[in-house]
Amino acid sequence: MSAASPTGFVSDWDQDGLDTDEMVVNMGPQHPATHGVLRVELRTDGEVVRAARPHIGYLHRCFEKHCENVDYPGVMPYADRMDYCAAMGNTLGFALTVEKLCGIEVSPYVQTVRVIMAELQRIASHTIAVGTYTMDIGAFTPFLHLIRDREKILDLFEWTCGARLLYNYNWVGGVSHDLPDGFIRATRDFLREFETVTFPELLDLIIHNRIFVRRLSHVGVCSPELAISYDLTGPNLRGSGIARDLRKDFPYSGYESYDFDVCVGTGQYGPKGSCFERNWVRVVEMRESAKILHQALDRLEKTEKADVHEKVPKRVKPPKGEIYFRSEAPRGQLGYYLVSDGNINPYRVKVKSPCFTAMSVFHHLAKGMLIADVIALIGSLDIVLGEIDR
Amino acid sequence: MDAAAIHAALVQRFGERITGASLDAGSPFAIVATDAIAEVAAFCKVDPALALDNLMCLSAVDYPKETPPRMEVVYHLFSYRHLHTFALKVQLPRESPAVPTLEGVWGVANWHEREAWDLFGILFTGHSDMRRILLPDDWEGHPLRKDWQDPEYYNGLHVKPTPQMMERALAGETIGVGPFDFTPENKHVEEP
Repeated sequence: MSAASPTGFVSDWDQDGLDTDEMVVNMGPQHPATHGVLRVELRTDGEVVRAARPHIGYLHRCFEKHCENVDYPGVMPYADRMDYCAAMGNTLGFALTVEKLCGIEVSPYVQTVRVIMAELQRIASHTIAVGTYTMDIGAFTPFLHLIRDREKILDLFEWTCGARLLYNYNWVGGVSHDLPDGFIRATRDFLREFETVTFPELLDLIIHNRIFVRRLSHVGVCSPELAISYDLTGPNLRGSGIARDLRKDFPYSGYESYDFDVCVGTGQYGPKGSCFERNWVRVVEMRESAKILHQALDRLEKTEKADVHEKVPKRVKPPKGEIYFRSEAPRGQLGYYLVSDGNINPYRVKVKSPCFTAMSVFHHLAKGMLIADVIALIGSLDIVLGEIDR
Repeated sequence: MDAAAIHAALVQRFGERITGASLDAGSPFAIVATDAIAEVAAFCKVDPALALDNLMCLSAVDYPKETPPRMEVVYHLFSYRHLHTFALKVQLPRESPAVPTLEGVWGVANWHEREAWDLFGILFTGHSDMRRILLPDDWEGHPLRKDWQDPEYYNGLHVKPTPQMMERALAGETIGVGPFDFTPENKHVEEP
């Protein structure tokens, strides 16, 4: 562009370099791509994001305050409602924390049942994560395919404990209901269909789709150092190329006896830690969960049924003390810091939510992005606002 | 390294500024003097034998009934290189508690510290963005403190149970459940 005409007159249109004013845009709190009520304040220069500031707390329900006023079994329904896409993982974490503080050992049968529920929940949670993600970036069909499979898992849950979303299934010292007769066969049917139909479909339709790959493989790259500094966990961390999984490193509920691989981003289409890698890890993790499920079902067929309420205490009253315990929920490491003063109410419960820490790195990754990529980034971190705000 | 070795390394480096410790198997921790926490944290992260590069959790706890009454900030650390864990604790007075920020050491501390400020009123000196995070900006007080009283009004709205509700409750009617149960005695909790 020429800067000035021979007359010396400078037109608005012919200036060297385009000057644009920065503008502050509020994305949310009622934005369909923010997966809940999240408000992101963006300082934009044209289409480029200069700075981003997430505002959370719209869904704050005082989980930690409630915990101090109810007894331990009473915490469970509240814990369900944190990460409402993966309620089994939340209650499992809390049950294990309290059991560890009380010194309760559940039977191998209950452990296997819990593993089955946790892995089914992981598949359900990842299907909704990947499904809604494709919807965020503009493809509607995969969402329907994945929701179809999630429904089948929810049917299994409903059959077992009567609830489809918020189960109150894991109790301190056991689980609420035994598996119904025929559950093993139904789960095997589901797995067969998942492995032969849905999973190949998922790979063809989404993961190795050229549009999906080229859209995402260089977007939102998070280095391993940044991931560790900001405590990204679960698929977000493994997408950055760090093969750490609590089920392998610090096994609980008998995970050490199952044969499965820790899925980790390989950088097959671009740098490790991109939005693509995080989603790829989620998808292959579903296959590993299916692998665990097969082994757990085999084990269940061989073991005698046991009373699932056998170790449930009449009154949960842990000794004075404190504990920090974390478990691998579908969205990452879910930690509970529990302080007991020897009473029937917890003295203090602090939840380290994986989504909370994933959201705290957002402003780093969003700097310098295009606005359209911000949507892709939020979705790839797989946040659930119920858990961020608690 | 196990907890005892980590504690020994800290004591060797910082001497008296590690003021106490509990090394039982369940949850080992060391108590650090408030003014030394930034230095200790940086050492924990950088020292190759410790390499505690990950802040798993930052929690605040209020102990008004202990002697002396205090607040604690607990840092749960994890090493991705050595796969060991450890915890540091800082003890603060309940009146105007303040502790240096650690956001320069572990990025994730930024939001955890904002949460501790929001819910406990612990000030993290040197923090770049000390705003409330979960509660509304116009909220008054810090509700996870043990001496917290529910406000009667919030922005002009009456938010406490009304006298009529109290009357109905005293007549034996249950209003609400769990923590919202305004009946005089909490029937859901059996006293030991």
